[in-house]
Amino acid sequence: MSLLRLDAVTRRFGGLVALDAVTLDIAPGGVTAIIGPNGAGKTTLFNVISGFTAPSHGSVHFAGEAITGLAPQMIAARGLVRTFQLVQLFENLTVLENVQVGRHLHTSGGLLSALTPFRGRAIEVDVEQRARELLRKAGLEAQADALAGVLPYGQKRLLEIARALATEPKLLLLDEPAAGLSHVETARLSDLIRAVAASGVTVLLIEHDMSFVMTIADRVTVLDFGKLIATGAPREVQQDPDVIAAYLGSTEASHA
Amino acid sequence: MNWLATIWAEARRGPALALLWVLAAALVAWVFVTGSYLIAVLHFAAIYVVFVTGLNIFMGFAGQVSFGHNAFAAISGYTSAVLTATYGWPPVPAAALGIAGALVCALVVGYPTLRLRGHYLAMATLAFGLIAYEVAVQWQSVTQGYMGISGIPPFGIGWLTIGSDRAILLWLIGVAALGMFAAAAIRHSRLGRAFVAIAGSEDAARALGIDVARYKLAAFLVSAFYAALAGSLFVHAVGFVSPEVFGLHMVVLAFTMLYVGGIGTIAGAALGALAVALLPETVRRFSEYQDLAYGALLIVILIYAPGGLAALSRIGRTKSPEAGA
Repeated sequence: MSLLRLDAVTRRFGGLVALDAVTLDIAPGGVTAIIGPNGAGKTTLFNVISGFTAPSHGSVHFAGEAITGLAPQMIAARGLVRTFQLVQLFENLTVLENVQVGRHLHTSGGLLSALTPFRGRAIEVDVEQRARELLRKAGLEAQADALAGVLPYGQKRLLEIARALATEPKLLLLDEPAAGLSHVETARLSDLIRAVAASGVTVLLIEHDMSFVMTIADRVTVLDFGKLIATGAPREVQQDPDVIAAYLGSTEASHA
Repeated sequence: MNWLATIWAEARRGPALALLWVLAAALVAWVFVTGSYLIAVLHFAAIYVVFVTGLNIFMGFAGQVSFGHNAFAAISGYTSAVLTATYGWPPVPAAALGIAGALVCALVVGYPTLRLRGHYLAMATLAFGLIAYEVAVQWQSVTQGYMGISGIPPFGIGWLTIGSDRAILLWLIGVAALGMFAAAAIRHSRLGRAFVAIAGSEDAARALGIDVARYKLAAFLVSAFYAALAGSLFVHAVGFVSPEVFGLHMVVLAFTMLYVGGIGTIAGAALGALAVALLPETVRRFSEYQDLAYGALLIVILIYAPGGLAALSRIGRTKSPEAGA
């Protein structure tokens, strides 16, 4: 049984077809990478899956349930959580608080528990402990009390992933997690993503950095002009003539 | 204790803020002991601490804009005034009904408008504030128009009346302190974290499962409660109400206080209210031009000191120039 299933998902923006009848199955477990040239529709695909954009046609099922057209927070509540291509941190909050916000779905309580601190105390202690544990995994424990806005770029990316993990997702969507990272930071990111996958969270990521994809992905899906053109193990996809054509412009070029 | 954590987090940022607190406490103590004419100014300041602390929850925590919170003060203030002065109700049930009425209005106004973003929300709240003012002016049979309502009794339960200037000061400072503690507790709770997350990035908040529209409404209601409380406190402390009390001037004043003090911080709301309330005493002869002076002050602060008084503590620190709460 698949964890995530897209059936003939199409998304148009005016006359532009950003996604053209995309059908996709993501099995539970492992790391799947979606690659493709700029403008191939990768981010639109993520937006449709995570509820930020409604599809024009087609349906999205997650864990056996239709989530087509649900609001992002409803989809997140079902265990499908994403990060953003342009990192979206709460910059005025501390690093620790950013991750604490990620515990929202696993805690309860509104005004009443805010104003009766003794009732919510145990929960708050638990929220902080879990947040610190996630920061330790991401290698950010030393920065816990710094404001998120002052972190270097690479650490911001790691923090965004740690924050997403605080929601205990079943499926984690990472939009170009390695973009703009140094080699050292990319290695750190690989370790984190591997550890996440090993803990049983299914990871779906968009990436441009092919060497990164080849080392981290179990499966690769290629998107070009809104259509899926190949799916398979990284080595197979790398040899696929359609994929080479999509990246290099034409099959002739690939033989050159 | 959540509020302790918040206050500690603000206090450890530097001694300058602590010094301001000491100065404020010293002023209050001096005025209380000597019974200086400034006691009326401190009444006014304490009421505005409540109002601005609430506005800070909506604007500083949740990052929204409202030009219309004077309407909630007007609704509960006038309800308190009319029920006690005209119909002879005791103050407590009158104020309770006024605050409840203001909250119902906040729900009715907030539910549709909070789905709007940015300028639209600001314009909708501005319109609401202007409508409340016009109603206070025009509905003469109840509000007595520009004449206003006088003879509003002071707060009290049964034989216990908070009537003397000193008693009123203690009472108002007590309420203001409770309001600040509550705001501090909210800031470091699940609810408060959802508010500040919305201010940081609505998209990220949604992606983490936060229902943005719902928490904006919650922040709006909480801040409307503070505004309504301030409205009732005012009419019972001063004994008089007219439309001007809760007019657009209230919004200009509250914005100035919020930014002078430092938006987003608990201390900022309180210190800003006190500092700006004391200002007219120094520029009294220019009272015709008060709003002009506040406007100019607001512009200067927004340009040169966007962190306000609360940011004083960060002087000499290179890190985190734009700290939130």
